[in-house]
Parts: sequence; C-alpha cells; structure tokens
Amino acid sequence: MKHSRATLGFLGALGIAALLAGTPGRLAAEEKAPAPAAAPQLPSYFSAASPDPAKPLWPDPTGANTGVWATPAGDGKGDVPSSLALTDVYDRMAHNLVSINFVWTLVAGFLVMFMQAGFMLVETGLCRSKNAAHTSAMNFMIYPLGCFGFWVYGFAIGWGNWFNGPVAPGWYASLGPGTAVLNSGWGLGAATDAAGNLTGAFQYGLIGLKGWFLNGAVNDVGVMVLFFFMMVFMDTTATIPTGAMAERWAWKNFCIYGLWIALPYCLYANWVWGGGWLAQGGLNWGLGHGAVDFAGSGVVHAMGGFIGLAGAIVIGPRIGKYVNGKPQAMPAHNLVFVIAGTFILAFGWFGFNPGSTLAGTDLRISFVVVNTLLASATAPIGAMLTLGWKGMKPDPSMLCNGMLAGLVAITAPCAFVNPMGAAIIGFVAGILVVYSVFFFDNIGIDDPVGAISVHGMNGLWGVISVGIFATGEYGAGWNGVVRDAMVKAYGSDGVRGLLYGDPSQLVMQLIDASVVAIFGFCIAYAWFKLSDLITPIRVSEETEAEGLDGPEMGAHGYPDMVSIHVNRAAA
Amino acid sequence: MKKIEAIIKPFKLDEVKEALAREGIQGMTVSEVKGFGRQKGHAELYRGAEYVVDFLPKIKIELLLDDASAAKAAALIQTAARTGRIGDGKIFVSPVEDVIRIRTGERGEQAI
Repeated sequence: MKHSRATLGFLGALGIAALLAGTPGRLAAEEKAPAPAAAPQLPSYFSAASPDPAKPLWPDPTGANTGVWATPAGDGKGDVPSSLALTDVYDRMAHNLVSINFVWTLVAGFLVMFMQAGFMLVETGLCRSKNAAHTSAMNFMIYPLGCFGFWVYGFAIGWGNWFNGPVAPGWYASLGPGTAVLNSGWGLGAATDAAGNLTGAFQYGLIGLKGWFLNGAVNDVGVMVLFFFMMVFMDTTATIPTGAMAERWAWKNFCIYGLWIALPYCLYANWVWGGGWLAQGGLNWGLGHGAVDFAGSGVVHAMGGFIGLAGAIVIGPRIGKYVNGKPQAMPAHNLVFVIAGTFILAFGWFGFNPGSTLAGTDLRISFVVVNTLLASATAPIGAMLTLGWKGMKPDPSMLCNGMLAGLVAITAPCAFVNPMGAAIIGFVAGILVVYSVFFFDNIGIDDPVGAISVHGMNGLWGVISVGIFATGEYGAGWNGVVRDAMVKAYGSDGVRGLLYGDPSQLVMQLIDASVVAIFGFCIAYAWFKLSDLITPIRVSEETEAEGLDGPEMGAHGYPDMVSIHVNRAAA
Repeated sequence: MKKIEAIIKPFKLDEVKEALAREGIQGMTVSEVKGFGRQKGHAELYRGAEYVVDFLPKIKIELLLDDASAAKAAALIQTAARTGRIGDGKIFVSPVEDVIRIRTGERGEQAI
C-alpha cells in the first residue's frame, strides 16, 4: 500500500523512470508489469529488489547502493569512461535525484530545529521576568528530552510501519529504496494474500514496531533523514504545552513529560503519516484521500495545543490570574523577545512546510513556500483588524499570535491550495486566534502565551481547511487513493476540497480533527493526572510567588533584579 | 539646616538641576519613584484583560541646604518643575538635626 511521502517521491522518480523504461506512469504499488522487450534492464535501486535475497542491499548505511556519484560504475581506469552505457546515466541520475531530496529535507529540518529558539523567545517574552530562566529552560530542555524519547521508542512506533508491511518492488520514496525497511507494525484487519497467508499489512494500521533505538534493522541513509526530519517536528509539538503551562510547572514533572511526549505524538503521527488508519480512510471508507495533513496542522500543532489544554486544566491557573472569576492582565515582560521569536518561527516555517515534500525535486515546493508566506501575512492583518473592530489597541502579543496562527493553519493545506485559498485561510486564522484567546481566558483556562488558541484551535482550522480549499491540482494518488470517477472528471485524482468538488474529503478532515482533539486531550489529561502522583505537577505557592527561577532552576534570568547577597566571608 | 524633598515629573529633572546650578546650589540625590496624588492613571487591555496603570513614574530630588538657601531653592524648584498641568508634584521642607561628611568627619553646616 502506498502512503503519502512514498507517493510524492515516487511520482517524481517515476516520471523519469517511465521515460527511460518506456512504461507509462502508474500511481499505486501494483505488481510491476513485465517491461517491454526493448526496455533496458533497470538497476536494482529502481526496483528495490536485491539481486541476491540472501544479501539484501537495503538498509544501506552509506548510500553506495543508490547509484554512484563519482567514477563510472565498475570502471577502475579513472574518471573518463571508454564507453557510456545507459546504466551509467541511470546511476548518476538516480543518485543525484536522491541526493537533492536528502539535502533539501535535511536543510529544511535544520530550519525547523531552529524554531526551538523562536519558541523559547516567544514564551519567555510573554511570561514574567521572575520566571525567565525556568520558561526558557523548559523550551531548551524539551529538545534533548524529546529527542531521546523519539530515538528510544517514538520513531519506531510512529514510522516503523511506514510502508504498512512488506511491499511489492517499485521505486518507493524520495529518500531512496532503503526506507522500505520500515515495514513492520501492528493494527486491526491483518491482510492476507490469495493463499491466506498474512502479508504483514493491516487494514487499520495502529502502531509501528520497528526501529527501536534506530537499530541495525533500519540502518539506512534514507531512514536517517526521515528520523531527523520527523524528530524536529515532534520537538515542535513537545514545546507547545510548555507555553500553556508556564510560570507554575514543576521542573521534575516537566522532565518526565519530556520523555513521555513521543508516545501520543508518534501514535497519532502513525495514524496520519505512518500509514495508519486515518490515512487509510480513503481506501477503507471512500472518504477523499483519507486524512490529509501535509506538514502537520493536526499532527504537530493541534496535538500540541490539546495536550497544552489538558495540561493547563490539570495544573490550574496562575495565582492572581483570576480575581472574582475575572481574568487579570499579566503583561509580557519583553515584547521585543516575542516579536523576535515570532520572526524566527516564521523563518523556520519555510523549512517546516516545503520540507515536508521530503523532496527538493518536487517542484511544488515553490507553491508551498508562497502559500506559507501569504498565510503568515494575512493572519496578523486579520488579527489587527479584529482588535480594531473590538475597539482595542493593536497589542503586539496578539499580532504575533496572529502570524503564528496563520502559519499553523496553512501547515496542513499548504501544498494543496492556491494562493487565494492560502490568503483566506490565514486571514480567518488571525480572526479566530483573537476570539479564541479571549474565550479560553474567560472560561477560566489560563494560557500565558495563547498556545491553545494558536496551535490547538488553528491546528483544527488547518486540518478542516484542507477539506474546503484543496484545489485538486496536487496530491494525485495521495495515501494510495485513485478514484476512476475523479480521474474521469478532472484528469487526475488530486487532493480536492469541498469548493472544488469533493465533499468527502471534508468529512474525512472533520473526522481527523475530532480524533486529534479527543485523543490528544484525553491521553494528555490522563498522563498529567498520573504524573502528578509521581511528582507534583505544580510548584508551591511560595515558589510561584517568588518566581520559579531560583527555587526550581537555581539560577535567575535577571540576577540584577534580585537582591542577591554574596557571603564574602565564606569565599 | 533644612532638607528639601521634591517630587517632580521625570522630564523636568534637567530643567530643575540647571536652575539650581545657576544659583550655585550643587549636590543633590535623585531617585526614581512612582506615585500618584490626584492625577490618576489609565486603563489598558492586555489580551482582553483590563489592567490599570495607576502608579506613575516620578523623580524625587533631595537637597540639604542651610536655612537661608532653602527658601530660595524651594522657589526655584517650583518655578522650574511647573507645567501647569495636574501631576506636577510637591515640595517638602523639613528641619535637619545634623549632617556629617563621611570622608572628613565634619559636622553641621560645614558638612553641607
């Protein structure tokens, strides 16, 4: 069965392969039709079938089995070949194609990693100065803690079954044939072949089970790219609740959260991105292309936002936030940080969204970039106009929340909408986030940075907007769905929303949105309650009043503002 | 000896300092304080929640002078610090028991 990432790269490579091999484009992983007699013998990296099954060429830890990049294949006499066969051309082309995709995905991942600094600045700026060291330290430490959990078990349960069982030969993914080793997991509805034997695939994929500690079974260059890229995405989710729970979250409890966060994130990611049951909604229930979430409005942002919601409810509001039920203002201590952080996040999003093609060779990346840019532009305008319409001044913290909301909302639809759609999605996000911030404040949920509104609410909006605004011009064969009726009507079966003729996609997106909200909230609520029994989730009243920097971290963000007496006699 | 404490608007500090310097009065202690009298603050909305800025920043000047100069200094400060709008501040004049120069140990009017 084909899945999102695989199909993208597959299409890119297939076009070239088809040209050379003379077999017209196929979109799903069917049995490879016998090549016409005149077609040349394709190298093994095209079929991902190792010539000697006893010595599999994949997982490939050096890239040596995906074409060549230096001297002509097998020629020991130097750079200039005496003759040039078609296979030599394949070798270089295939290697370069995969190389471009590697470099693109890795560099985009570097941008996403840098978003951690953006989150740190935004959250620390929005909190009070007495908690600066603690807030920034949470955003710092979540990176190593989250990475550790992802390495130990998260990647395995999320992507261990990326191909939903062993696959038929074919060119699989933009990151090379080696990723096909991600073929082991568990789910409901175990598939059987004609003879009644289990194929290893599942009709409703639930969890991956391969790649613990990135062990030898997945020791492949392509898998490493996927691991890194997915890891920095998980980090984004992991850092969102630190904002909703800031200024009263006890450090030890935060640390065990950091090790746990890979669990809910990777489970849900498996269902949407890892070939699991939400992605299979198209194949199983005829609902569009199954759950479509290009870069993670749902997987990353809504999940983070709803975990944050659960956490904010369990941990309770800050002391002094509510007086007689009325929310009190607790102004940001440094709006300059907030704006700087927002720009860093906006910059990182240019890795987040277009990088999710996992293929620099997928030229759709330019649309993804422009759609991301437009949403990030119209959203703060929407927020500012909403504030003005309510007779309020243009609070910079809200404008920044606005831009981030627009970026969150465009994250799912960015590859599938046109620029007008992107602009509208962003504008609506800017309006939505303002109302959402007021809403949660007024119902007694204290969210110091607006994380629930920016990521939770607009994550849902992003997921739903795919079902409305997707134009159908991109995403043919997404999640393995190719419907004859669509091909007949439109020429290809791309991801298509309500406004462009496919209401079933919207239904699926609504299901997806419901799952992330309910699953994310419930599993996080249970975890925070449980973790509170292990180590208290909230600091004492005295600590909260003094500021968490000294008592929790042993260091102050602004020591000059604290009366610290150095005991000179003890020196 | 008299002590003069003057609470003034912050942007008036330079004007007051120069007015005193022109009359030969040098030496003062300045602190950043906040307060209000009849000039009330104003309300702002931060993320939908109202907060009141009621303590306004002010500057407090403290001067120590002999009895003859005190009255003149008070009048100078009042003229220089005045804007005519509410919130200009107040001047307090009080008697001082003793003054000591830390470096030399001088006391009384010699120490001023």
